[in-house]
Amino acid sequence: MPSTVPIEWYVALTITMFTIGALGVLLRRNAIIIFMSVELMLNSANLLFVAFARHLSDLQGQVLVFFVITVAAAEVAVGLALIVVIFRSKHSINIDEINMLKG
Amino acid sequence: MGNPLLFIILAAIAIAAALGMLLSRNAVHSALFLVLNFATIAVFYIVLNAPFIAMVQVIVYAGAIVVLFLFVIMLLGAEQLRALGSVSGSDRWQQILAGILALVLVGVTIIALLQAGGSGSEAIPLIDSSPTALGLELFGSYLLPFEVTGVLLLAAMIGVVVLGLSKKRGEDA
Repeated sequence: MPSTVPIEWYVALTITMFTIGALGVLLRRNAIIIFMSVELMLNSANLLFVAFARHLSDLQGQVLVFFVITVAAAEVAVGLALIVVIFRSKHSINIDEINMLKG
Repeated sequence: MGNPLLFIILAAIAIAAALGMLLSRNAVHSALFLVLNFATIAVFYIVLNAPFIAMVQVIVYAGAIVVLFLFVIMLLGAEQLRALGSVSGSDRWQQILAGILALVLVGVTIIALLQAGGSGSEAIPLIDSSPTALGLELFGSYLLPFEVTGVLLLAAMIGVVVLGLSKKRGEDA
């Protein structure tokens, strides 16, 4: 075992987490769970930013994480408001039943 | 970049929590697994010399965002919707295919990374990542993006208020 963690381990961990998030988006039918999976993917990207900031001794990766967190917060607020509005009209947040725009 | 044993333990918890979020039948359990995952990532941030980001992670993600998720889940009573694997039969093969492709992707990537050989284990110099240093960077080279972010948050806030009002207007009409 190496004396310190190589950057490759962090890349492997974040790819695994990102894939789990992508699977959540593809497999689940509950819109709220899909949003949580998107958050998981954003978080794995954040972790990779911070890992490379440490690896390259550069502060800019951490600054970028701030912006990602801000955008994620705005996205969650708007997304959950949309879910609430859809639930009011359809009484369901199953994405298979949200097909009003389907041709 | 941290102690390998600590990394393995934390990574196992993080992946287990992510899988728990993916596979839970109850949406509340999914949200709580997500909190565990975010907390583990916050510990990673501390290990990676980013203490301020770690605190922001705990406050914004584990504090605000997941509470918002839980609030909406309980508001809608959406705890027990159809869970993974209960889609109609014609979609079943797509799920299995997605699972196999995900496993192949992760496996191939990890093998490729292991074959790439570890980067040099020489000590990487620590940089100053205190809130002061981050703030100077944020309000120095990133001042314009920072203000654009403020506009984005304002737009999101207005959007949410408008979405929340739409029902009442519909009733009046």
